[in-house]
Amino acid sequence: MGSFLASLGEAVGLILTGDRDLLEIIGLSLRVTLTAVAAACVIGLPIGAVVGALRFPGRSLAGVILNSLMGLPPVVVGLMVYMALSAGGPLGPLGLLYTPTAMIIAQTILVTPIVAALTKQIVEDLHADYAEQFASLEVGPFDRVVALLWDARFSLMTVALAGFGRAVAEVGAVIMVGGNINHVTRVMTTTIALETSKGNLEVALALGVVLLTIALIVNGAVMTFRATAARVTYA
Amino acid sequence: MLGLAVAAVAIFGQGDRSFATERFIVVQSTTSTDHSGLFDRILPEFQEKTGIEVRVVAVGTGQAIKNAANGDGDVLFVHDRIAEDEFVADGHGVSRADVMYNDFVIVGPPADPAGVAGLTDAVVALTRIADSDALFASRGDDSGTHKAEMRLWRETGVDAVAASGSWYRETGSGMGATLNTAIGLGAYTMVDRATWISFGNKHGYRAMVEGDRRFFNQYGIILVNPHKHPRVKAKWGQQFVDWVLSSDGQTAIASYKVDGRQVFFPNARRVH
Repeated sequence: MGSFLASLGEAVGLILTGDRDLLEIIGLSLRVTLTAVAAACVIGLPIGAVVGALRFPGRSLAGVILNSLMGLPPVVVGLMVYMALSAGGPLGPLGLLYTPTAMIIAQTILVTPIVAALTKQIVEDLHADYAEQFASLEVGPFDRVVALLWDARFSLMTVALAGFGRAVAEVGAVIMVGGNINHVTRVMTTTIALETSKGNLEVALALGVVLLTIALIVNGAVMTFRATAARVTYA
Repeated sequence: MLGLAVAAVAIFGQGDRSFATERFIVVQSTTSTDHSGLFDRILPEFQEKTGIEVRVVAVGTGQAIKNAANGDGDVLFVHDRIAEDEFVADGHGVSRADVMYNDFVIVGPPADPAGVAGLTDAVVALTRIADSDALFASRGDDSGTHKAEMRLWRETGVDAVAASGSWYRETGSGMGATLNTAIGLGAYTMVDRATWISFGNKHGYRAMVEGDRRFFNQYGIILVNPHKHPRVKAKWGQQFVDWVLSSDGQTAIASYKVDGRQVFFPNARRVH
């Protein structure tokens, strides 16, 4: 325990003194994960809203599929993306393997079903309240989806946070498609895995606490924004 | 969905401009060379001299060879002679050269329940571990270390894999994870000396069996064949291979020490 506290102190010290390597790793973690979450929202919010608000054949099957995909194992996603981006794979010529872009692609695939499935649930509930009004005003399907997404925007921030939590914490996908290359594709979780395999358990745990703190700050910032924005809107 | 993701990333990610060092190669290598700190010691010297950045993917030898056979790497730097020769014979590699060696050791718990401490015969030691109630943790992952361990078991005549799950535990993981598991279980395990010396979670474990010539652990380097894999950066890859085998590269390897001890011994044949 003593050496854990010492390691934690060291890790915090490295951040405060602006250690280039550690800040680079934290920066890349945030860049990869936030980009992936943004991309997942662009794809997942409309999909979730369409499945949640509109009636079409196969709708319940779509819902089941979205819910099941929330359980995609990161290592399977990593494998799929590796095979696609590998030199001999269909997207090999793009030369994206072992780059941050590959990691973003993998995390986007991992997070999109979470965003879509949770969005579907929220939009579905909201739609139940709005259905009569929509019907009397003869609102078209596109306008329905847009209106529901806009009115649910504060709840949907929590959806984005759920996706962020999943992406920032996973190691299986990014280590496979990124390769954990020093200064290129090394992020917080792959560093923790690396330090664990070097037997530096205290260092690994200290980095875990740092990662948790970063997640706490991101969550706090979004929730504060949400509360403030909601107060302004409904005041 | 993959297509959607790629499209979205192309819009949002804006590529990797901030990471674009055009002059780089990817080396598929093993955890022992990377985690021991060897690459951190020698790569900056190469980059300074040539301006070529070396990006190391450190995985088990088995996976490194598969990745390279898929064309996902320019140079292969691993330790499993038989698999390396196969890789070249299959046309994936141009040619193979010896780079350096070190040796394996069997590490075990302080209590030494199988009574192997001090033995210098690997086969006797493994037989004794198998005959006792002690546990043995194996990589079980087709890595270079795992293959070497399997060759030693074959010499003992003990069918260790048949006992998998009882006293023989296959972790299916990297060396570090296997060491952590072995130490947690109180099991013996086999590890290359570089990884062992630089490992931080020893908990009283020490090298108990060492010095057998069958513990010899040779590392080889191979340029991935650009005729088979057109994306291979053959010119820069060859420059790296040449440098590792040159007297500069060999000296850099010899000068790397962990806790004051040399952990890799250069033995390239064509030193120029």
